[in-house]
Amino acid sequence: MNLRRDVFQAIADPTRRAILLLVAAQSMTAGTIAANFNTARPTVSKHLHILTECELVKPEQNGREIYYHLNPKKMKEIAEFIEPFRKMWDDRFNKLESIMKNYKSKK
Amino acid sequence: MEMKTKVHAEEGKQELHITREFDLPVELLFKAYEEPGLIEEWMGTKVLKLENKDHGAYRFETSDTSGNVVFSANGVIHEFKPNRQIIRTFEMENTPFPVQLEFLEFEKLTENTSKLNILMVFKSGADRDQLLKLPFAKGINMAHDTLQKIVNKTR
Repeated sequence: MNLRRDVFQAIADPTRRAILLLVAAQSMTAGTIAANFNTARPTVSKHLHILTECELVKPEQNGREIYYHLNPKKMKEIAEFIEPFRKMWDDRFNKLESIMKNYKSKK
Repeated sequence: MEMKTKVHAEEGKQELHITREFDLPVELLFKAYEEPGLIEEWMGTKVLKLENKDHGAYRFETSDTSGNVVFSANGVIHEFKPNRQIIRTFEMENTPFPVQLEFLEFEKLTENTSKLNILMVFKSGADRDQLLKLPFAKGINMAHDTLQKIVNKTR
């Protein structure tokens, strides 16, 4: 397994996105998560492994069970990726708009 | 506050959408992309070359406050339809980033409002994600430049 998987690769898969949504609501064991899907239990385990590797979910031992919960810090990183890019264009377009408004009134 | 500029980048895809509505007639919005002097103003870059025609080309260059070139980019204008569409390539010079394809659609909404739809197609999904990570560093640089300007003024 490739250990250097990146976060984007991890969330590219629809099942993994569904798992993230599930554990976002509450922490769950692998069994409970698997019960929500039609896929085989080992497949869900594989997905959980990838999500854990990317630190999108965190496993936590609770008695005999392992509960998976969302790592909000890592999820925020994804949004933060796009936000500076969006902000850069927003600033540019705001400037464009005000320059062209002036341009119009000068005419 | 509503975000006027929207960026949509679906996971795992090699494309990116930018949309923005302007409080401007579509002709004025297009003009901001057509006239080198105006591009220089809102993009904050120098326009070295801009051939607004099918099979034309363009080149931009940005310098810092000391006059060192910090950014340069160029591309080929594949299609140029006034007030409607520009299809062009975009490549940053002296970077490992591959060329990207850009579709810019200018849409009239009302007499005084318009919309710009940009579709950027990258060589791969990974290249797109790399680019998205860029503004982090760039934002720091720009903040640095602003700081530098203030410092220069107070001298």
